[in-house]
Amino acid sequence: MKNLPRILMIIAAFGVLSLFVFPMWRISLYAPQYPDGVTMYIYINHIGGTSPGTLQNVNILNHYVGMKMIEPDSIPELVYFPYVVGALSFLALIAAAINRSKWFLFWGILFFVLAAFGLYDFYLWEYDYGSNLSPTAPIKIPGASFQPPLIGRKVILNFVADSFPHTGGILAGISGVLAFVAWWLKRQSKSHA
Amino acid sequence: MKFDLLIFKKTVQALMFGGFMLLFACQPPSTGTGSAGVLAGDAASAVYVAPGEHDEFYSFMSGGFSGQVTVYGLPSGRLFKTIPVFSVDGEKGYGFNEETKPLLNTSYGFVPWDDAHHPELSQTNGNTDGRWLFINGNNTPRIARIDLSVFETVEIIEIPNSGGNHSSPFTTENTEYVVAGTRFGVPYPQKDVAINSYAENFKGMLTFIKVAENGEMDIAFQVLLPAFDYDLAHSGKGKSHGWTFFTSYNSEEKNTLLEVSASQNDKDFIAAVNWKKAEEYIAQGKFKEVPANYAHNVYDEHTHTATSTMKKTVKVLIPSECPGLVYFLPTPKSPHGVDVDPTGEYIVGNGKLSADLTVHSFSKMLTAIENEAFEKEIEGVPVLKFEDVVGGVVKEPGLGPLHTEFDNKGNAYTTFFISSEVVKWKVGTWEVLDRVPCYYSVGHLMIPGGDSKNPQGKYLVALNKITKDRYLPTGPEVCHSAQLYDISGDKMKLLLDFPTMGEPHYAQGISADRIAPKSRKIYPIEENRHPYRTMGEKESKVVREGNIVHVYMTSIRSHFSPDNIEGIKVGDKVYFHLTNLEQDYDVPHGLSVMGANNAELLVMPGQTETLLWEPQRVGVYPFYCTDFCSALHQEMQGYIRVSPAGATVPLKWSLGEEEAEI
Ligand SMILES: [Cu+2]
Repeated sequence: MKNLPRILMIIAAFGVLSLFVFPMWRISLYAPQYPDGVTMYIYINHIGGTSPGTLQNVNILNHYVGMKMIEPDSIPELVYFPYVVGALSFLALIAAAINRSKWFLFWGILFFVLAAFGLYDFYLWEYDYGSNLSPTAPIKIPGASFQPPLIGRKVILNFVADSFPHTGGILAGISGVLAFVAWWLKRQSKSHA
Repeated sequence: MKFDLLIFKKTVQALMFGGFMLLFACQPPSTGTGSAGVLAGDAASAVYVAPGEHDEFYSFMSGGFSGQVTVYGLPSGRLFKTIPVFSVDGEKGYGFNEETKPLLNTSYGFVPWDDAHHPELSQTNGNTDGRWLFINGNNTPRIARIDLSVFETVEIIEIPNSGGNHSSPFTTENTEYVVAGTRFGVPYPQKDVAINSYAENFKGMLTFIKVAENGEMDIAFQVLLPAFDYDLAHSGKGKSHGWTFFTSYNSEEKNTLLEVSASQNDKDFIAAVNWKKAEEYIAQGKFKEVPANYAHNVYDEHTHTATSTMKKTVKVLIPSECPGLVYFLPTPKSPHGVDVDPTGEYIVGNGKLSADLTVHSFSKMLTAIENEAFEKEIEGVPVLKFEDVVGGVVKEPGLGPLHTEFDNKGNAYTTFFISSEVVKWKVGTWEVLDRVPCYYSVGHLMIPGGDSKNPQGKYLVALNKITKDRYLPTGPEVCHSAQLYDISGDKMKLLLDFPTMGEPHYAQGISADRIAPKSRKIYPIEENRHPYRTMGEKESKVVREGNIVHVYMTSIRSHFSPDNIEGIKVGDKVYFHLTNLEQDYDVPHGLSVMGANNAELLVMPGQTETLLWEPQRVGVYPFYCTDFCSALHQEMQGYIRVSPAGATVPLKWSLGEEEAEI
């Protein structure tokens, strides 16, 4: 089991890479007229949904209250995030190659710093969409905020909005934790040696 | 004195009338509706489908003289949709918009109505498969195909050499063919002859229409027969797969006062056609390719447009030249329905003027054919001996048998028009097991899968011809009525009455799980290949070609693009090509333009439809969305400005003020 910390780091590298396959986050809107909900999937490089028309459907709903169109082409994060994630995965592999507990710790901290930055960025986007409303919106509701929750559930007018990490996000999060486990195991084995 | 006589007469009349009334009053009918009360508690829960819950079965009912098909849920009897088939329908713009007009094209030009009788579900291995629904047009002989993923008519084929396409469409076990048989003998080929030269000049044609893998229909061959009136049909199944049976009346070949003249023969015939044999003859080239002229209309789900093609020949097989192709089975007294039991062995000939119900045996028929024990031959068709083919007789089951369907427990259910009842009897023992009254005068009946190899049982729907007092009166014209019976037990139980549209002749039922999962929600916009599609608001435009103006218009909640159009002139032909950009379930948009001489458009998400508008007067005319699509639906409107014929107002279109972002 000597190699376990290393293996954990390799797993972490692939866990992070899963973000290229699975959505990072999901936002679902429910209302009586939408019994199956309208679910948007946020990937690191694009925004998808339960159907090809999902984004258009969300934008149609949003435009009544003057929210901006969600246009993936105008979100720079979707362009550079894949590089950040790629680099992060590569760094995990290097850490595994070097096989030093310090590197594991460093990677784990880096991961959570980036994750925290990502969440903060996500929050800013949500804030921007939710409160930067067009002055010519057909429906104006004084004091209402259309900002979806960062994590959790919130009632927005006639909708219930859910915002939760999805498969890719969860696997990536586990990767971060694995790095700390690897660091701890490595230290244990060192102190025993 | 004269005056007194009149009074005397009136008094006698009044007394006689009163006497009759008294007579009836003394004998209250025992077949009244009282029994429903006893059942009410039970029946109500049996047909109750709670709000938000779904029915267990779809039921497709012919709209009869409405020309359409209606879709009901069972057991609730709730109406879901009217599918326009043979008649124009302003509600959906069917037959009014440019895309669906070709569907109603025939060799007589545009025919906006028909009389639709028998819906028939496609089958695989003798089971209803939920792919398509076929239905016949009786008046101008046609067969339509409805695609059950979208519940829309996608194809109509005209039947040549036919008059009154009644014995149709009745599929074979794997939907190899649907059939058509002429109810009225017509001169063959059509010509100007004396009507009373009927026996000499008239013929009766049976038609087999090949159904391709993708559902497309093509007339494979016709069989030329004597000018009997071919009334109904059903194809064999299991052991009798490969045969199709057609009933006939008027074997007397009369052309006037048929109610008397065509009811004289003791027996008419069921024509048994061996279509596998026909395929061999076709392969051997033993057909006559004869000139014809009939329309074949196909709707393409990508161009969202129908095209009509005129076909010019048809292959005809002549029985005297094709031995073994057709046999006549003598069947008592003007048989109406012909129904094959689930095993394929028994062929029920519902002799509508007969006291008994005759059931032929398929295996006895084969033996008789093998022994060549023929009674005689009519125009090259051997007539089998009645005793040789009859498999059983249900003795005096009721008056006026019309149609029979089957359950999955070896029972048959036959409707009796005159005695107004459904009678349940055992296949094989021919004993009558139960009977229930119908309100009133039942025609067809339907058990889900009841004409397939594996009936789904559980419910029986009686389709009644006369309604009278069953519902609140609506003036002289009242609806037709369907009645739902529970047939899961030994005794049939009346559960529900519900009104139907037009005159539902036949119906088909199928468990919802064979259709619902395949039901489409939208048309993907990226698959739209309509020649006048507009793939985004930015592409919307107005193009003039002489006096023809094409408006490339889009709809999305809650506006049209463009919504202001100028530069149109009196005398122009304006084509509004509306593409609904929505990709969300249940968000159609409508379009109606003031003064349009046709109807609205009702465009499903991802679809393009075209409305022709011919402005007659100078002015500014509003157009608007007719389907309440959103909170701002009322705002979904626009204007089109019409200038005098010679005006120089430039062609202009816009959406929103300035170059505003939408
Ligand atoms: Cu609308």
